[in-house]
Amino acid sequence: MNSVIKGTGYVLVHVPDMIIQNGTTQTAERAAHPDSAYLKSLPEHLRTYEDALSYWPNQIYIGNAHPEELRQVPFPYFREKKEGAGRYGTFGEIMPENEFLLLAQASDVFDVVKLEKEFVAATRDAFAADPVISAEIAGRVAAGTDITDIDAYVRAGQAEPLFVDGKLVGCVKSAHDTDINLSAHVMHENIMSKASSVLALLHAVKQSGVDAGDIEYVIDCAEEACGDMNQRGGGNFAKAAAEIAGFSHASGADVRAFCAAPVHAMIMAASLVKAGTYKTVAVTAGGCTAKLGMNSKDHVKKECPVLEDCLGGFAVIIAANDGVHPEINLDLVGRHTVGTGSSPQAVITSLVAEPLERNGLKIPDIDIYSPEMQNPDITKPAGAGDVPMSNYKMIAALAVKRGDIERKDLADFVEKHGLIGWAPTQGHIPSGVPAVGFACEDIMAGLIRRVMLIGKGSLFLGRMTDLFDGVSLVIQPNSGGQEETGVSEEQVRSLIARALKEFAQSLTGETRG
Amino acid sequence: MDLENQKRVKDFADQYGPENVVVLVGAAEGEAAGLAAETVTAGDPTFAGPLTGVQLGLTVYHICEPEIKEVVDPAVYDEQISMMEMVLDVDDIIEEMSSIRDQYCKYL
Repeated sequence: MNSVIKGTGYVLVHVPDMIIQNGTTQTAERAAHPDSAYLKSLPEHLRTYEDALSYWPNQIYIGNAHPEELRQVPFPYFREKKEGAGRYGTFGEIMPENEFLLLAQASDVFDVVKLEKEFVAATRDAFAADPVISAEIAGRVAAGTDITDIDAYVRAGQAEPLFVDGKLVGCVKSAHDTDINLSAHVMHENIMSKASSVLALLHAVKQSGVDAGDIEYVIDCAEEACGDMNQRGGGNFAKAAAEIAGFSHASGADVRAFCAAPVHAMIMAASLVKAGTYKTVAVTAGGCTAKLGMNSKDHVKKECPVLEDCLGGFAVIIAANDGVHPEINLDLVGRHTVGTGSSPQAVITSLVAEPLERNGLKIPDIDIYSPEMQNPDITKPAGAGDVPMSNYKMIAALAVKRGDIERKDLADFVEKHGLIGWAPTQGHIPSGVPAVGFACEDIMAGLIRRVMLIGKGSLFLGRMTDLFDGVSLVIQPNSGGQEETGVSEEQVRSLIARALKEFAQSLTGETRG
Repeated sequence: MDLENQKRVKDFADQYGPENVVVLVGAAEGEAAGLAAETVTAGDPTFAGPLTGVQLGLTVYHICEPEIKEVVDPAVYDEQISMMEMVLDVDDIIEEMSSIRDQYCKYL
């Protein structure tokens, strides 16, 4: 039987200080032109936490508004504030930078994250008040270090500084004296990815209602690599995050395929569950510090706020069929093969048309397509256009070519089967997966029947191949089957209660009719 | 235009002679197509790559322009390009490309 999606977690972490310190656009500029006008004006264009919180696309990401609502919001979205915006949503939260640094330390097991004493004291209560942060996780945060020690590590070039509101509050030390793969820069990047993955996993567990102890396997599909000089991408983010999230019965592994990795990972997770290898698998990814402020030169030039100011994370819990939750249909998996070719037409045919045709379906039979869901508020000022819209136009044009729709209906198709992008440009984060939460809710409410996730990846960036990549899958309503053969605790209680009642009745001589 | 691509275009022009090189652009928008065309004719307008200040004046077309479409096997064009042709603003692309060619191409 097909596996089901039990729940999802979507998290953002607002990290304005990391934009300046760790985004590659900024670090490259600082190395080449330390006195550039762009770097000088960058801080004026950073958003406050409150502004990031009330930003419509961010509220949609964590589940406080439906993507359809974005159609009514005037563009550009950064000029509008969502009324009633909150830190927590149906699927997750938007965590502020100060609390996240405590989570980063809680996620560090090699004592490389150092935080200043007073900063820890001032932040600890707020961090512990987060409903997904257990006492055990909060208890992992150390009392703190003297600022003079932190300052000394940073000055000696042994540590990546951590700032909040421009003030030094901590650092991430290198984990080895000479190994560049364990340098402070790499450790910082990896710990932030791990910590945001932990946060996403915690929310996914909460939202799905599964017990953390029931998760048997975790697949990490982010874009970082952890290892030492002898195995640069050795891994394993998945198991590392599972440990902090309290998944004591889980193992795991990392899957890497650039932005296509999340959909690859979901197909693998669904297959592992369908095969019966594991009953419950979590797919997770943390955020990417390198991509913070990636398009900020254009944003600053065009007097927009720096909109790439959040790390993104997501997690999906995939489990054996419970007869209730939406299924992943593995018969409808599309894949871009080595021989497919790289023209957009070949790519969309392989990912969309081929799996549908193989199953006797047409392109309009999918209610909602979720390709690359980048927020156009970020990409348009940077000259990259509206990415989801381009994808929808291509799918619609292919439908016209195949005779599935009339050419005059092309625009209607785009509106009916598409969504406006709301995801942060964190590479793997916008690629297909942002829609899973809403897709499951809308499918369970009977509003839609089929959603196709399309993950695409630019493999050529790694210079190992000039090939493109992509995979797709379809989520559909539960077909009514059930694979869980065990009896739940509630059922056991009910059976015992009934037996006791019958026993008592037999003692009092009552008879049942 | 990507700096690596600029370098490759420059190398081809050096190797085969600029009069023997035709550059085909596949950009999705008129503006982007025009920028690529300008780079291989008048030089890199962003002053960042190897073609900065290098006026190669190469012959340059977009894949959706009629001059190119008519020399491509119709079956291949239908299989590889026709879907994007439906999506793109071809008139805008032709206008941008023609303008650049009229100003800077040396070998037409």
